[in-house]
Amino acid sequence: MSKADILIIDDEPQIRKLLEITLESNDYKVIQAENGKQGILLAANHTPEVIILDLGLPDKSGHEVLKELRTWYNKSIIILSVLNQEEDIVKALDNGATDYLTKPFRNAELMARIRASVRRNTIDNKETIYHYGTICIDLISHTVKKNNEIIKLTATEFNLLSLFVKNEGRVLTHQYILKEIWGVGAQTETQYLRVFVGTLRKKIEDNPNAPEHIITESGVGYRFQ
Amino acid sequence: MNLSKIYTIKKEKQYLWVLLTLVVFVLGCFFFKEFINYKIVALILLLVVSIHAMFFDIKPTILSAVISALSWNFLFIPPVFTFHISNPEDFLMFIMYFAVALINAVLLFKVKKFEEKAREKEEKEKTLQLYNTLLNSLSHELRTPISTIIGSTDILNEYHDKISLENKNLLLQEIQIAGIKLNHHVENLLNMSRLESELLIPKLEWCDLNEELFRIIKNNFQNNPRIEFHINDSLPICKIDIGFLEQIVINIIKNALIYTPENKKIHIDINQTNNILQLSFQDFGNGIPEEHLPNIFDKFFRVPQTITGGTGLGLSIVKGFVDALNGKIEVKNTTPNGLKFDIFVPVETTFINNLKNE
Repeated sequence: MSKADILIIDDEPQIRKLLEITLESNDYKVIQAENGKQGILLAANHTPEVIILDLGLPDKSGHEVLKELRTWYNKSIIILSVLNQEEDIVKALDNGATDYLTKPFRNAELMARIRASVRRNTIDNKETIYHYGTICIDLISHTVKKNNEIIKLTATEFNLLSLFVKNEGRVLTHQYILKEIWGVGAQTETQYLRVFVGTLRKKIEDNPNAPEHIITESGVGYRFQ
Repeated sequence: MNLSKIYTIKKEKQYLWVLLTLVVFVLGCFFFKEFINYKIVALILLLVVSIHAMFFDIKPTILSAVISALSWNFLFIPPVFTFHISNPEDFLMFIMYFAVALINAVLLFKVKKFEEKAREKEEKEKTLQLYNTLLNSLSHELRTPISTIIGSTDILNEYHDKISLENKNLLLQEIQIAGIKLNHHVENLLNMSRLESELLIPKLEWCDLNEELFRIIKNNFQNNPRIEFHINDSLPICKIDIGFLEQIVINIIKNALIYTPENKKIHIDINQTNNILQLSFQDFGNGIPEEHLPNIFDKFFRVPQTITGGTGLGLSIVKGFVDALNGKIEVKNTTPNGLKFDIFVPVETTFINNLKNE
């Protein structure tokens, strides 16, 4: 059975070819666009499950394409960028991108992102109990268990964790998290975020220095998986 | 004397200086005119014009020549307080004064121009030499992985049904390693040009450095058993540009991995005292001859008679990023063997315990 449609918007034929081969060998159906205009048109015609969008396009910037798409398209958009573009990445994530990949990227990484994106589209938001490895999180009763033992979390830690859980697989920027947890005006207080992520990791991760669930995206934010 | 530096005094300021010094000297001479012959005054004023010529542009100097000549005429040549010169000898002296002052100005201006050209030429030669060194070391370091990729893909294309699966995998692995190497070299070239542009401003962020270093080492060196990072549980959260730090760490570790024997470990320690972050990298190789230690951060410097495999860029990039973080780096040979890098960077810190929870 063929899996979801994926739209690639990138002007580099080699990158498109590479993505096409990888995705098709994983049974995804691939649609390709070589510029922003064509990309938006194809997105409207096919409503793909995932859009892979390059930030550097010939006709208009990836940011513009992203903004236009986000006026009506509500599924996953993965940004492709080159190294040392953290500011661009943060801007794209703040404008509604769900995830990003930096070139050159490894195949396994790409497929993990695609799978997470497709899964996110089908997640039932009404779900209240989530399982991750040995961790179990119940959003209604506010309980978190690790290896079936209840972990005591402070209110802020729990809020942070439930924000992560609700956005599983998605990269959340520091700014976004600060705004959601501490409210408008706290956006510059990233040290709070670092501290609470640190304490949260100590409670739920096996090795807090090599986290498996709350992953740091350097210079960008966090991803929960 | 470094004329070039003084040469850069602002144009408007130069005119101001010319007028100011002239006024001081002319008034001084006028005050003592009972004791100084007006012909000596001419010599004193000529000296002032010559000094102006040394330090200032051509235009302010000519202005100095004209004003000094006129004020000498007006205030000192009899009859005083007129521009009229009665004595033909005095008239001749006035003309000569004017000519000497102008020649002075023009000659010194030419000397300065000449100096400037010589300096430019020297700089150009230096750049060219650096450029050539860069090309030599880089073309080797870039060509090797490129040849590997082209060669391997050729073999895979032409003999794909004749070579064993094992060899196929080996070739594919080689292609991948070559690609990763190329990527690293390109990244360092970009880093170099970013550092040289001097536009690099650190973007300070609060970081849990235990976790960040762990991640950097894991992402870039997989779980290379030679690298031993000692986590420091008492480390506070620090404000630093983690991208800069990542480049520093990668390049020092890469350097140690290339130049120390395969069975030797590399120890990494992290500490913080009085808002100074200290990162230490200790290897257990053969160290570096003492006479070369001062040069190892120079661009393209490679310790003579070492194995190939480096571009001479890595440690100079490390130094560049340490400087960009306002830090300093020290290197020393350790006994019985090995080399140790210590990096000190000033940082803001926050202790988890200091924060009210909630």
